[in-house]
Amino acid sequence: MEAILQQFFNLDIMAKALPLVLKGLGVTLLICAVVIPLGALGGLVFAIGSVAKNRAVRWVSIAFVDLFRATPPLVLLIFIYAGLPFAGLKISPFAAVTVGFFLNNSAYFAEIFRAGLLSVPKGQGEAARSTGLTGAQTLLWVTLPQAVRNVLPDLLSNVVEVVKLTSLASVVSLGEMLHAAGLVRSVTYNASPLVLAAGLYLLLLWPLVRVIARFERRIAS
Amino acid sequence: MASVAASGGAADAAALSVRALHKSFGADEVLKGIDLDVRRGEMVFVLGPSGSGKSTMLRCCNRLEEPDSGEVLVEGDRLTGPGVNLNRMRQRIGMVFQSFNLYPHLSALGNVTLALRRVQGMAKAEAEAAGIEALNRVGLSDRARHYPSQLSGGQQQRVAIARALALKPSVMLFDEPTSALDPELVGDVLDVMRDVAGQGMTMLVVSHEMKFARDAADRVIFMDGGVIVEQGPPEQVFGAPTEARTRAFLSRFHG
Repeated sequence: MEAILQQFFNLDIMAKALPLVLKGLGVTLLICAVVIPLGALGGLVFAIGSVAKNRAVRWVSIAFVDLFRATPPLVLLIFIYAGLPFAGLKISPFAAVTVGFFLNNSAYFAEIFRAGLLSVPKGQGEAARSTGLTGAQTLLWVTLPQAVRNVLPDLLSNVVEVVKLTSLASVVSLGEMLHAAGLVRSVTYNASPLVLAAGLYLLLLWPLVRVIARFERRIAS
Repeated sequence: MASVAASGGAADAAALSVRALHKSFGADEVLKGIDLDVRRGEMVFVLGPSGSGKSTMLRCCNRLEEPDSGEVLVEGDRLTGPGVNLNRMRQRIGMVFQSFNLYPHLSALGNVTLALRRVQGMAKAEAEAAGIEALNRVGLSDRARHYPSQLSGGQQQRVAIARALALKPSVMLFDEPTSALDPELVGDVLDVMRDVAGQGMTMLVVSHEMKFARDAADRVIFMDGGVIVEQGPPEQVFGAPTEARTRAFLSRFHG
């Protein structure tokens, strides 16, 4: 028992690790602040594209979404960071993470927004167009607000997934929270920093998960 | 709006004209050449069995359905053909749907004012004043802040009528406006339609409300198989129909 506490819940080591892990948390939040809005925006664009009247636009959007939903994000990230330099394209860890997560996130957000757009009855758009609203105005004022409301729990769930996904950035040595905790673990030969990081993830995500559960209950009732 | 008024056609033109309208869905020819003039202030009822093309004809009148050929004119101005500003023309054609199609995320007033603000460019206060006035015409200005889910079906349809009225259209299209309503709520909607007609609105109504058609319509059109089979004043079409198909259709309602 004592050995388990020493190995996983060593408060001295946690205290020493804390500054670096908190700095890592800062980087994690920074990545989130960049890739979540970008991914949501990209997802919205590709979702609108995937239900567009123009066949070429529809085809390109659906192909994009399919490709990046089928590509493992870790493979994508390593390819961008370590593969593209073979083509003379060398980018920073942060840029690699931003591009990789944008591609991956957009595809997932696009699927959610697409489901939302398709959930709005056709008559809504017809009513709007019959009063003279343009297609874009109809989307902005009538279809999209309903679409977002209908898939809000799924959008928030995806945000949780993205936050967790940022830990992948550790493989390109971007100093986010997992990378920081792993660093301390490797010099102390102790797992407590990892437990600390896991605890911070829990602290960060648990309220969000609760909110989603509440939304889902409200929609089910 | 001044620009809309300025673009009005000849003063003697019919409020709504349909010329040689054809429409097919795949191999199914739904409209086989419809010609129809609705005079200003006239209330025209369109009857016919399901699949007769009456709803498609109505939806072609604001191009929610794109006609294959033929013309639609509002007060002499073309709705079809090249160079038509469809979004501007649609403001002159109000449409009321079977399933109301109110925007569930907006209040009654929000439903009525959306196009006033976004299409006609009114300021918020101006649009709300016009919206309250339109809701007043359907007897629901006291429900302005209610959301569609807080209104009965009949009230929702009256808000939908107000939404169309607020744009001050030249003609209003009604696509089975009472078919989705519980029987006890039908009367309120018909009363509002009668009021609107009484104030001189031009109305083209697809409906199965035979009694109302007989009382309130200026003219009744019977459609079947994508053509107008028979038309005339209600007393003639209901009382002494000349076509066998009309008689067969009406006998199913009279028993």
